[in-house]
Amino acid sequence: MKKSLFFGTLAAASALAGFASADTLADIKARGELLCGVHTGLTGFGFLDANGEYQGFDVAICKAVAAAVLGDANKVRYVPTTTETRFPSLASGEIDLLSRTSTWTLSRDTDLKFDFVAVNYYDSQGFMVRKELGVSSAKELDGETICVQPGTTTELNLADFFKSNDLTYTPVNVADDSEAQRQYIAGECIAYTTDASGLAASRATLPDAENHIILPEIISKEPFGPVVRHGDNTWGDIVRWTFYALVAAEELGITSANVNEIGTSTVNPEIRRILGTEGDMGAMMGLDAEWAKRAIAANGNYGEIFAANIGESTPIGLARGLNAQWTQGGLMYAPPFR
Amino acid sequence: MAYAGEAPKPGFRPGMLIYDTRYRSLTIQLIVLVLFAFGVSWLINNVIVNLAAKDRTFDYGFLWNRAGYDINQTLIPYTNDSTHGRALFVGLVNTLVVAALGCFLATILGVIIGVLRLSKNWLIGRLMTVYVEVFRNIPLLLWILLSFVILTETTPSPRDFRITDDMVAAGQAPAARMFLNDSVAITNRGMNVPAPLFERSLGTAGIGEFQISLNFLAIFAVIGASAIVNRRMVRRARAIQEDTGVRPVTWWKSLALLFVPVIALLLALGFHLEYPRMTRFNFSGGIEVLHSFTALLVALVLYTAAFIAEIVRAGIQAIARGQTEAAFALGLRPGRTMSLIILPQALRVIIPPLISQYLNLTKNTSLAIAVSYMDLRGTLGGVTLNQTGKELESMLLMMLIYLTISLMISSVMNIYNSAVKLKER
Amino acid sequence: MAESNQAFVRTAILPPQAPPLTEKGVIKWLRENLFSGWFNTILTLAALWAIYSLIAAALPWWLNGVWNAGSLGECRTIVAERAGPDVTGACWAMVRDRWHQFMFGFYPQDQYWRPTIAFGLLFAAITPVLFSGQKRLQTLMLTGVAAFLAATLWLATVPMLPVALTIILMLALLALAQVRPAALMWFTVIYPALAFFLLWGGSFWGPAVAMAGLLVLLLAYRLLLPLTGVGIAAGAGIGLALLWWAVLDAPIAAGLAWLAPIGLEPVASDRFGGFLLALTIGVTAISFSLPMGILLALGRQSDMVLIKTLSVGFIEFIRGVPLITLLFTASLLLQYFLPPNTNFDLILRVIILVTFFAAAYIAEVIRGGLAALPRGQYEAANALGLDYWSAQRLIIMPQALKIAIPGIVSTFIGLFKDTTLVAFVGLLDPLKGITQIVRADIAWKGIYWEPYIFVGAIFFVICFGMSRYSMYLEQKLKRDHR
Repeated sequence: MKKSLFFGTLAAASALAGFASADTLADIKARGELLCGVHTGLTGFGFLDANGEYQGFDVAICKAVAAAVLGDANKVRYVPTTTETRFPSLASGEIDLLSRTSTWTLSRDTDLKFDFVAVNYYDSQGFMVRKELGVSSAKELDGETICVQPGTTTELNLADFFKSNDLTYTPVNVADDSEAQRQYIAGECIAYTTDASGLAASRATLPDAENHIILPEIISKEPFGPVVRHGDNTWGDIVRWTFYALVAAEELGITSANVNEIGTSTVNPEIRRILGTEGDMGAMMGLDAEWAKRAIAANGNYGEIFAANIGESTPIGLARGLNAQWTQGGLMYAPPFR
Repeated sequence: MAYAGEAPKPGFRPGMLIYDTRYRSLTIQLIVLVLFAFGVSWLINNVIVNLAAKDRTFDYGFLWNRAGYDINQTLIPYTNDSTHGRALFVGLVNTLVVAALGCFLATILGVIIGVLRLSKNWLIGRLMTVYVEVFRNIPLLLWILLSFVILTETTPSPRDFRITDDMVAAGQAPAARMFLNDSVAITNRGMNVPAPLFERSLGTAGIGEFQISLNFLAIFAVIGASAIVNRRMVRRARAIQEDTGVRPVTWWKSLALLFVPVIALLLALGFHLEYPRMTRFNFSGGIEVLHSFTALLVALVLYTAAFIAEIVRAGIQAIARGQTEAAFALGLRPGRTMSLIILPQALRVIIPPLISQYLNLTKNTSLAIAVSYMDLRGTLGGVTLNQTGKELESMLLMMLIYLTISLMISSVMNIYNSAVKLKER
Repeated sequence: MAESNQAFVRTAILPPQAPPLTEKGVIKWLRENLFSGWFNTILTLAALWAIYSLIAAALPWWLNGVWNAGSLGECRTIVAERAGPDVTGACWAMVRDRWHQFMFGFYPQDQYWRPTIAFGLLFAAITPVLFSGQKRLQTLMLTGVAAFLAATLWLATVPMLPVALTIILMLALLALAQVRPAALMWFTVIYPALAFFLLWGGSFWGPAVAMAGLLVLLLAYRLLLPLTGVGIAAGAGIGLALLWWAVLDAPIAAGLAWLAPIGLEPVASDRFGGFLLALTIGVTAISFSLPMGILLALGRQSDMVLIKTLSVGFIEFIRGVPLITLLFTASLLLQYFLPPNTNFDLILRVIILVTFFAAAYIAEVIRGGLAALPRGQYEAANALGLDYWSAQRLIIMPQALKIAIPGIVSTFIGLFKDTTLVAFVGLLDPLKGITQIVRADIAWKGIYWEPYIFVGAIFFVICFGMSRYSMYLEQKLKRDHR
């Protein structure tokens, strides 16, 4: 009797707590910090610089969201995650947002109960080999050794690709990118496969980058995106539209340089709506009017973020490709702000 | 005596639950039981609430789903079409192999080093002390990472073994050579060793996924049978020696008993070795032992051997000096003294701490994560956990398996320990 | 004398002859210690060859080391210029550039003095434990700590106030060591709060008011002791202390913080890394695991079946699974076992599980100590009419702990080495976490040996020092027993 009473109160208390936690936005505001799960050692996307500051393409998303929600791009607590811990961390509420080159797949979206709010980088899986081997296609790698990071979609795609082409291979499991590079240089694996962006970053830092080529085959689609927990759609909307504000800003010519005055000087109604000089887009998702303005001011628009972290002027040197604006032949297409 | 009549009144008062030592322990245990039950039910309740909040279930059904990933070193057949349960089994076998080999080799190395540390040779004694101190005082993780780097950086790449037509024309030798009559090649990926194959295989037997090769089973059975027969014969020879003083000559019978049946069986099965051969970029055929395995094994052996050496040294020093002197007085040489008098006695002191070293080594195999060797943590606790998102189920199952292994090792060793324990009368 | 029929009597002793060449000096020593027999000769030659080949392989690399460079590429160029192509050389410039991250992780650079003071004071805090009742050694140790702090604080740029406070504190401790060495223990008791305040910063009143809870416990105990029994006094004290922590702690701390805002810049625990993290986890876990381990060991020896079963179950479970699975439990599973929405620091979660881990091992060490005590000690305590806790406190534990200290130290060494495993749950340990971050920097991408050697050397120095201390202790205890 007493026991059941105890459980009753306990369950009620837990249920209450459960309902309270469904409001991620309120939690973040109460905490004054956004908890963002990131990579710690992927050059260009998420890494710690010499001063211990988190930098990178994925980290910029965290900053933009923090700026939109809390008004300060520095109010982010970065939680270092590994391939193993990233999804459990998000599921358990240890982080509010996961921005760590995670591929959007059906099972992660449904079975793991997550929501991929948008695609911030369209990637694809490729292979890097030494030029001197004279290999021109991944299909010539039959029976060879290939370096791959376990626990990723890459690993599954690799298995699928060789299976569908009726080829065999030996996987060499590598813990992270720097380990993969070391083993690849040492010749422990003939080819290194990961996302093309990662390959480019890796190749860029090889001492003899010109002796290595990235094979033309693209064996998979790897859309990366920020991930939130399933069930809190308000929070999902905020992250989604913060990201699209960055994309739209590039399309409409809003940059970190002009974000402060263009809102009043322009007559373009969409720019005015995004920057909060017209309408009340922010209020619709529980934010103030200038949310997008701050998000853009934090690190610039999508194009600026891309150029600063992984673009052609950086050592990683990625071309925009699929990630160009739709007006430039790419896939970056922000829905209308209306 | 005056107070003899004032015996405590019979009957039970509630105060006795606290003040009477007979009942107090009962009270305490009852309180602890209630607290423990509440604690456990609180934890379980939390798990249920949390699972419900995340819209998850707790079930092990995923173990029967297709795994979809490949494992580079498998001792039992496995493809990416196999189930997660099968992957778990592959990982478990990999863990057990490293643990068993590690314990075996670390014991040998540890005993050698422990004995050498007491050597009268100044240089050897010092060197062994340095060895023990260096390996004991630096984290195992560093040794694993270092031995992996050393193994992969100092060995030739597979392409160094290649002989091209140009090289043949110029009379050049390849940059690297194979060992042992072209049967073993050590590359920076691993060791390529010949694989045993059977032309007339007996096939496999087993239930469902768990298949055992009948060939190896037959070989083990024959070896075991020969060993038993041989032992019988030796025992009989000894009995004859005790009775008559003359020992019948048995060595050639022993040799014949031990080797002829196995060789006959191997011939019958059509046993032959498949040598590794250089293909375009790499070796094919044979068995490739990956460096991730070797590095893990080497580091575990070197590290644990340092601890075992200390245990052995302490054990030897615990034996009274008189034992050595008595052995010398009997005319035994130092080597025989060590192996016949000192070590058997020291063993009793050595075994209990040795058990805990074996346990440590077995648990430390989980550091395979550092070199991505696919052990139990790599398959069940790594890729499977990651691909299915079943962290609660995977981690609990993994802990249960490790716990079972540990308890098994310690119970087996405890049985052995009580068998060799000095029977005091 | 004269009638002696002997032809010759020596009247003075002959001066001793020089020993043969092979029986003296270096040669004798060599013969006896290195070449006494064919087997030893082979061993010696093999050892010499092994040492030679090791040195031949490593020495050029070592000698060609570069200390001044901005990147690995620059290092390689300098080595090539200096020693010619195809020569390898160490690139210690990386250590020079990033040593502070190996030490402190990403702790704010201008606050490095805080962990440094905490580290120095740690030794002051453990002095009374390590050298109980040895005034000379205590003074020596405290002087050493003072010298260390003076040197490091002089090298680093530190605000005047903490320097002054540290000097006053050290002088006070030194004076106390002369006057009332037993009172040094009080510093050990307040050290955890002090270290917490120094490392994490924030308001001074948080840890101070929390420590005051212990004072409440003690006061209640002292006041109630004459009125009631030990059990009730202790129970009431613990109850009051819990009440203090649950109800009064937070508002009082907030109030004091409002009245007198004393504090340090708060540092979040995700800034912790390197050896700072390893020491924080190791020291916290070992100090909390000691009381827990004692209770578990007593539980295991208990006559009460239930308590014994629970203790044995806990100890065997923790000892039966690898630490790495416990760490993964901390990072992946703990959330399932706590009420929804409880969320605390990964470092704290890791410390809790590492504490459990250490407690199980400590319990076994202490059980060994208890088993080594002669049965007569228990019987004597019973004969004196002492109850269970008094007997434990006055007779059993002091002796058992003394025997167990070497084992506790080696448990700590093992634990300290094992803190490197936290890298696998994403924390920045010195060996893998920080190294990985350094390697992700384009300037140092591709550097392998140097960070491992650097970190390994530091680990060696710390662990070797501790193991020597434990051996010294073993010797000392041995003498005490005879």
